[in-house]
Amino acid sequence: MAHSRREFLQLSSAAALGLAAYRIPPYYRIPERDAPPLNDPKFKELAMRALDAAKSAGAEYSDVRISQNRNQAIQAREHRVQALNDSETFGFGVRVLVRGAWGFAASRDLSPDEMVRVARQAVAQAEANRAVLERPVVLAPVTPTANGTWRIPVESDPFDVPVEEKVALLLDANAAALNVKGAKFVTSAMFFLREEKTLATSDGTYVVQTIFRAQPRMNVTAVAPDFSDFQSIQSNDIAPRGLGYEHVRDSKLVENATRWATEAVEKLSAKSVEVGRYDLVLHPTHLWLTVHESIAHPTELDRAMGYEANYAGTSFVSPPEKMLGKFRYGPDIMNIQGDRVQQGSLSACGWDDEGVVPETFLIIKKGIVNDYQTTREQAPWLDWWYKKQGKGTHSHGCSYSQSWEDIQFQRMPNVSLLPGEKEQSYEDIIAATDRGIAIMGDGSFSIDQQRYNAQFGGQLFYEIKGGKIVGMLKDVAYQMRTPDFWNSMDMIGGKKSYFMGGAFNDGKGQPSQSNAVSHGCVPSRFRNINVINTGRKA
Amino acid sequence: MSPRSLFDPPGIISRDDAESLTKRILGMAKAEQSRVTIIGGVRGNTRFAVNQISTGGDNTNTTVTIRSTFGSKSASTTTNKLDDVSLQAAVGLSERLAKLAPDDPEAMPELGAQSYQESPSWNAVTANLDPAGRAAAVRAVTEPSRAAKLAATGYIESDASAHAIATNKGLFAYARETSSSMTTTVRAPDGSASGWAGASHTDWSRIDPEALGARAIEKARASANPVAIEPGRYTVVLEPTAVGNLLQLIAFSLNARNADEGRSFFTKQGGGNKIGLKVVDERVTVVSDPFDPDAAALPFTPEGEPAKKTTWIENGIVRNLAYDRYWAQKQGKEPTPLVGTLRMSGGTQSIEDLIASTQRGILVTRFWYIRPVDPRTILFTGLTRDGTFLIEDGKITKAVKNLRYNESPVFMLNNLDAMGVPVRVSASEDGSPGFAIVVPPIKAHDFNFTSLSDAV
Repeated sequence: MAHSRREFLQLSSAAALGLAAYRIPPYYRIPERDAPPLNDPKFKELAMRALDAAKSAGAEYSDVRISQNRNQAIQAREHRVQALNDSETFGFGVRVLVRGAWGFAASRDLSPDEMVRVARQAVAQAEANRAVLERPVVLAPVTPTANGTWRIPVESDPFDVPVEEKVALLLDANAAALNVKGAKFVTSAMFFLREEKTLATSDGTYVVQTIFRAQPRMNVTAVAPDFSDFQSIQSNDIAPRGLGYEHVRDSKLVENATRWATEAVEKLSAKSVEVGRYDLVLHPTHLWLTVHESIAHPTELDRAMGYEANYAGTSFVSPPEKMLGKFRYGPDIMNIQGDRVQQGSLSACGWDDEGVVPETFLIIKKGIVNDYQTTREQAPWLDWWYKKQGKGTHSHGCSYSQSWEDIQFQRMPNVSLLPGEKEQSYEDIIAATDRGIAIMGDGSFSIDQQRYNAQFGGQLFYEIKGGKIVGMLKDVAYQMRTPDFWNSMDMIGGKKSYFMGGAFNDGKGQPSQSNAVSHGCVPSRFRNINVINTGRKA
Repeated sequence: MSPRSLFDPPGIISRDDAESLTKRILGMAKAEQSRVTIIGGVRGNTRFAVNQISTGGDNTNTTVTIRSTFGSKSASTTTNKLDDVSLQAAVGLSERLAKLAPDDPEAMPELGAQSYQESPSWNAVTANLDPAGRAAAVRAVTEPSRAAKLAATGYIESDASAHAIATNKGLFAYARETSSSMTTTVRAPDGSASGWAGASHTDWSRIDPEALGARAIEKARASANPVAIEPGRYTVVLEPTAVGNLLQLIAFSLNARNADEGRSFFTKQGGGNKIGLKVVDERVTVVSDPFDPDAAALPFTPEGEPAKKTTWIENGIVRNLAYDRYWAQKQGKEPTPLVGTLRMSGGTQSIEDLIASTQRGILVTRFWYIRPVDPRTILFTGLTRDGTFLIEDGKITKAVKNLRYNESPVFMLNNLDAMGVPVRVSASEDGSPGFAIVVPPIKAHDFNFTSLSDAV
């Protein structure tokens, strides 16, 4: 919980100062592997060439994204390094709108001729796509940004940190875990991303952004001496973040490794849970994933309108006209916010992938559905609702693509459960609970295609009796029906208990694209939830 | 550049070009051992939603990975910048990182020249599928769907790629691969019914869009007004896609080392692994054959080992587990790589026969959101989706609400009643061509459904 107060203060100040506080002057270092920075005028020339070619070929709107990503991944197992890879990818994608139909094409070859060829290819594809068009796409208005730069503020660029330091840290952490009696296997890893991307649109936006992400992680496995059982603990209390190498240093892997190993060994002899109904006290290191699956996904407007029916699914929060301002998702203490401004969050950016400055908005307000996540294509679908609210119709800034190779579409921003007014902690909620189970860390997760029926495991489970933790449990999973679950929430933590979890690889779309997203939340209590026992004998 | 076949799409590197590029890169390398991997190709896709094309994409990319080894220290770099300066930088960085890596006690030497069998993994029709061809296939689904007052959503993907591997020990491997898939979910506009159909193949011409659309429409119609049934243990008739969804979970658990280390279903109580032990019904045989025309895969592994046909389970008995080169050497076994293809034995019955022989059971079209719960038993959870029906007295009598299961494919294949004719399926969750899987429909008893879902 060391991060919680700092993060909350940053969240509050972000809200107070507005986005302007996050416009950082451009700053580029030139380490060994960098190509010229994307604010080099030659990239603007290339982008304009693609936009011109698209217009000449008949596009009423077009955008071009040029991006270069650099990744580094280091994986260690016990006393050896399994993989050490540094990779980069560079290319561009052109999206066009031709009489209401989208087209998209992409290439790794950033030559002037290829910019033109790919733009024409995108237009030709849009023409082919028009053959099966019923409702032409109309885009919500946007205020263009003629020349913008934005950069995630990091203390330490991960690509400047010597690889020896990273390797030594992983091997030291592994050794610390293996020092615990009964801990047999350990893996540890770190993953870093630096993405530079530029977006040029035919309505006048030209912006360059630099994004960082960092994820340190570990997994410790204990095996019973007679090979009858094995149990693992993942380092889920360390979330991936939109930060630099400072996040790895702050994660204190060596110090925490002993604890994770001890917990894995303890789990071998933990009591197998008795099935039944329990009050659940869910720690934020666990609850963020439940928020992600059961709130953030069903409030994506494309899902609600049937656009993702073939893979990610539709949504029970549909149709919007029966939901907005009407549907009770949870109790009055439940407020869910979408944003792309929280310091260190994975969704933070200056502009989304169609040039919209993202806004902070309430998806659920005092328990009632208040809004959906939108892009420029989708916002007009809720025109009636925004008019009723006396608001203009514009995108919330939820357009995102995982790389230059893929078309941008609606992806969730950070979606967070806001703290309650009363300052109370995880421990305070346990103390107020007579019979229940406390769960820390996210584990197994599965939810249906409309986000009604979900089942979640965890990393650590503790039995609560008379306001006290009386022992560790295993084989625990809870099953829920989303609106019943959230309406059973009767206690939530205060500002000091706020923690931001998150995921690097949230899949959606076809072809499936990964989105990195953070979810802040506070410890919360849910009454009378169905718990099953997942242990079976082979 | 060498001449390219007129029938190949641009973006697919030829054997000659791949060989000269690997030579160019190996010429820059100074490491004791070097391996170069080139993967290049094109991907085309078209999405449709609510009876119209929503988006699409056509992209081309080629990546080069350089792995460098000094003694037992290794590292790798990947780039898609193919000019000499960028390649030189990538080689230099890989070698610098390798020198900084600690000694690897499990290091295996790069391989020398190998011989490879030709795999039927390439198809020119798939490689040349264009946006107009994809749009025509979409229309074959959306038009009947619109006529039926239903809403079709779906996805088509076609991939064509070339893969090359070379080492400074003389290995050179090259092969091309295509894959394609089409899936569609047809729903009632008010969300009260949903039906799915899908197919996947190396050869796009083996996929029949009109038939897929008709099947999804029929399922959508039949799935209206589902009734709730009590969760519990049921006899199930699983369509081939549903079997594929679950069978691949066993494939992902075949790692010999995890078994030997005591952290797998394939761990034998008391130590060692389950090779030679019976784990499922004796009618079940599971093989991976990269040369199977209906489930082809590349004829080599990422390290350049020749891929081979491997029998994992034969008549219910574990015959092989997957050994990487290091673990094979340590355990005195042959390296046995896992390749991206799977075929399960079957019977001669049709799915209608399986239904007709069922007094009371549930017919499952496909499973969804399948996630691990307990690796000790390969226990997974997930839900039925887009076509779940009650069978009574040998007939489908009504649509039922979707159900969540907590079940293991191992338990399921022990409770096997009957199997039908195996077919190639599209069993990936995201509709991408995914693992090439050929599986039969099956009937099994005591399948464990644990809760009901209101999702349609």
